[in-house]
Amino acid sequence: MIFPVIVAQGESSMADNGLLESVLRLVEKVDGGTDSQDVAADLGVDHQVIVGAVKSLQALGEVISAEQKSSRHWELTGEGREIAEQGSHEARVFNAIPDEGLPQNQLMKMPSGKVGFSKAMSNKWIRLDKAHEGGPRVFKTVTIEDTVRDKLQLVQKGQSAKLEDKEKNELKKRKLLSEVTVKSYWITKGSSFSTTITKQETELTPEMIASGSWKEKKFKPYNFEAMGVAPDCGHLHPLMKVRTQFRQIFLEMGFTEMPTNNFIESSFWNFDSLFQPQQHPARDQHDTFFISDPALAHEFPQDYLERVKKVHSEGGYGSQGYKYDWKIEEAQKNLLRTHTTAVSARMLYKLAQQKFTPVKYFSIDRVFRNETLDATHLAEFHQIEGVVADYGLTLGNLMGILHQFFTKLGITKLRFKPAYNPYTEPSMEVFSYHEGLKKWVEVGNSGVFRPEMLLPMGLPEGVSVIAWGLSLERPTMIKYGINNIRELVGHKVNLQMVYDSPICRLDS
Amino acid sequence: MPTVSVKRDLLFEALGQKYTDEEFDELCFEFGLELDEITSEKEILIREQGGEKAEGASDVVLYKIDVPANRYDLLCLEGLVRGLQVFKEKLEAPRYKRVSPADGGEPQRLVITEETASVRPHAVAAVLRNITFTQERYESFIELQEKLHQNICRKRTLVAIGTHDLDTISGPFTYTAKPPGEIRFKPLSQSREYTAAELMSLYKTDSHLRHYLHIIENEPLYPIIYDSNGIVLSMPPIINGDHSKISLNTKNIFIECTATDLTKAKITLDMVVTMFSVYCDEPFTVEEAEVVYPDGRLSVYPELAYRTETLSGDFINKRVGINESAESIAQLLTRMCLRSEVSGEGDLIQVEIPPTRADVIHACDIMEDAAIAYGFNNIVRSTPRTYTVANQLPVNKLTELLRQDLTAAGFTEALTFALCSEEDIADKLRKNITETRAVHISNPKTADFQVARTSLLPGLLKTIAANRKMPLPLKLFEISDVVLKDETKDVGARNNRRLCAVYYNKSPGFEVIHGLLDRVMQLLDVKPGRNQGYHIQAAEDSTFFPGRCAEIFSCGKSIGHLGVLHPDVISRFELTMPCSAIDIDIEPFL
Repeated sequence: MIFPVIVAQGESSMADNGLLESVLRLVEKVDGGTDSQDVAADLGVDHQVIVGAVKSLQALGEVISAEQKSSRHWELTGEGREIAEQGSHEARVFNAIPDEGLPQNQLMKMPSGKVGFSKAMSNKWIRLDKAHEGGPRVFKTVTIEDTVRDKLQLVQKGQSAKLEDKEKNELKKRKLLSEVTVKSYWITKGSSFSTTITKQETELTPEMIASGSWKEKKFKPYNFEAMGVAPDCGHLHPLMKVRTQFRQIFLEMGFTEMPTNNFIESSFWNFDSLFQPQQHPARDQHDTFFISDPALAHEFPQDYLERVKKVHSEGGYGSQGYKYDWKIEEAQKNLLRTHTTAVSARMLYKLAQQKFTPVKYFSIDRVFRNETLDATHLAEFHQIEGVVADYGLTLGNLMGILHQFFTKLGITKLRFKPAYNPYTEPSMEVFSYHEGLKKWVEVGNSGVFRPEMLLPMGLPEGVSVIAWGLSLERPTMIKYGINNIRELVGHKVNLQMVYDSPICRLDS
Repeated sequence: MPTVSVKRDLLFEALGQKYTDEEFDELCFEFGLELDEITSEKEILIREQGGEKAEGASDVVLYKIDVPANRYDLLCLEGLVRGLQVFKEKLEAPRYKRVSPADGGEPQRLVITEETASVRPHAVAAVLRNITFTQERYESFIELQEKLHQNICRKRTLVAIGTHDLDTISGPFTYTAKPPGEIRFKPLSQSREYTAAELMSLYKTDSHLRHYLHIIENEPLYPIIYDSNGIVLSMPPIINGDHSKISLNTKNIFIECTATDLTKAKITLDMVVTMFSVYCDEPFTVEEAEVVYPDGRLSVYPELAYRTETLSGDFINKRVGINESAESIAQLLTRMCLRSEVSGEGDLIQVEIPPTRADVIHACDIMEDAAIAYGFNNIVRSTPRTYTVANQLPVNKLTELLRQDLTAAGFTEALTFALCSEEDIADKLRKNITETRAVHISNPKTADFQVARTSLLPGLLKTIAANRKMPLPLKLFEISDVVLKDETKDVGARNNRRLCAVYYNKSPGFEVIHGLLDRVMQLLDVKPGRNQGYHIQAAEDSTFFPGRCAEIFSCGKSIGHLGVLHPDVISRFELTMPCSAIDIDIEPFL
């Protein structure tokens, strides 16, 4: 393996040029390369110094190539080095004993006393006269040869090969030798090998450009493996990036944006105008946030309100109605809108007050539900809604336009399931085939607004209004691989996620 | 969406066909149902209460099927099977008949007294004769009542159903209302008599019944139904009497529904009798019962009304986007339990809406059923030719443009909640709640949803608090709506589009925020200057550090503030560093 070049290495950490050139001269002499340990031995310097030199040479470009390898070899332990220098414990004990002998207790006080005594005894180098006058006394018996020291010195000189394995293992057992793995380099000439070191420039400077000196200079290679410096900039929130894309899609399809900047809505526009009966579960305190201040809406188009009341309580426009006692008090209750369809209702009512022209509307804005919160549900989320009003629109048209819309999101495989919604009939849930999950997943809801909603507004009889909706959060969570909605929306999001989120192209 | 749980094998036996899970799922999809889960009682117990409790529980496969909220006729196995069999053309939709008592006797009679008027004024009744229960049928009968109670009956507030073994009681029955202390009977599943008052406290701890107590709890009179011997049938909408309880061996059932909504009571009664008359000796017949109102009016129930609608094949074709003959459309509708015939006049079709299909209230409902039977996914998808030119909402267009340039200026976009606590917009900003013009929510589940925000600042500060580990400086912005009370609007409140930005670092960085203001004004093409331009002017605002706050004016009009936040504001949002902020209204620049 060729090690990556290191740009950041400064001059100071580099080995001096003299050593580098010495290394290069050695490399020049051998064909097929040399081991950095041999270089160290030849130059008589520590191996680590040569490792540093190799790294410095690598930083110069293709002067050398160095491949790291590891080899096992024998090395003296601390105690081993001490023995190689001062002799084995037993030899030191032996040498400390004068011809007239030495009292045992005095010998034992020596640094090598205990170990040296027993080892010298077992070697029969010395004898102990326990009955000696004045206490036990030790005497030399023979002349000796300190073979342990000799062997260790061989290893120290790098000639451990001269010892037999048995000998080495014995010394290892005595913790004088250890077998270590050495990481070294196999150094060969590089493609631009030279035995002289040219100083490399780190960066191009205005002076070099002016003088043309850059032509003569060598430049330190860059480390292309490293990351660049992050630009100093702000970031858009991922959910808002997705919102921008959805807006773009609607605009491309010719849809006009509805004024959804009214979070507070009356029950009348949020429910009654949509032909959602007053006992409907969605109107329950458990599902909807009601407003205590300002609690009631105080202004309604009066004629229209009467028509809404009638269609709920008695029917009309071809409908049986819900046949219940419709109360203005319920309709007046203010709430946080539960869907942007409340705004669609206002827009369609407004449209009905003029000579009819076909419209295509959209909105993407916040809606509120007093629901139990979990990993995918918050009390507020963004609803995406599209509405088309024209004469003679069909259910097939709704499917066609949904197909076009979802194609722009990169979703082409759609199918539709009959569903129920109080203000659309027919109602269809939109499913798309999820290649990852290998199943059909619901991606939106759609339908044709009921005549009981449209006719009281005053829209012409033949006009159909088709509409669909989905949440902004769900596709965003899928797009950015987020499982918990709290990691996407609200103050608890990790800003790093915002900083790191890629641009949004929904169709790719 | 209600979920109906049915035993798979029982379902397939009734359907006369076995399906794989996938095949059945597909059938559901086509029909507008959803096979939500495949499980067993054992599995449910293991999941809900752990393995030990589940020992010995049944591992019969259960299908949990989601049913559209308006299809009460599909809330039990009997209804589901009937609907699917007719859809698959294996069965003709039955015709439900109301009959007089077989022996020529008097119909059962339920007399309503005027005392009920204040609490639960309506009642309807019917009799199922010579019914044969099995364990499964019995369970399904109980379960259907529960499903109806939860759905059309709106948790018994609108309608409550009581079913009784007719052979244990004798009519005429009286539906009246009495003070709780005067009502005394032995309720279902209890061993002794209680007064109504005692029952209300007994059921306070009942996991099921306690949810219904509030319906009558504070009424001076409780609804109660007696037979001619003074035996209590039920105390609606809470509990039935033990005396008349039905069992597997019950042959004749008296059904009463008491209600605050008569239409829903009629539908509920129709559902119970149409679903279960299938088990009567003479299937699909229901014995009538009379209900006498306090004013002497007499009504006969169940209504079991059939209604005929006439519509053209052309109407269906044009609305759905298909091209079928009237005959074939009639056939499609018949498969949806809407027996239809071509009338012979042009392409007119006569559609009969049975009592089971209370959801069909308009021709558009019929049109939908034709489309379902045709198959939504067989309809050719086509592009409408509606030609329109798109327009952006000006305030959103401006917001989009500014957001881009604020990030280019080095600020990162936050997205915070529109709802928050009173404390966030008042105490923590050193403001009095009354001066905020905040809109208050009446039913928040937690303090996080007490008010709609009147400032974007708390959200940004909370975002910083949650990101204190990020490298400084933190530069955040948000352009979004706040909500303010406004008497001139029909609902008494309006949104206001604001731009808010904060700079959080070891030094306050007023100059950074001031520089951002200058940049925003440059983007909005407003030059510095006192009259036609913008300028800032020292101001006092309790949110800001004294002497470090300025009011921003554009063309002479105040549009917001900027400055260094008050140290108390910083600590109240659990922050530790100095922070400067700008908060402006961008609507003047539209």
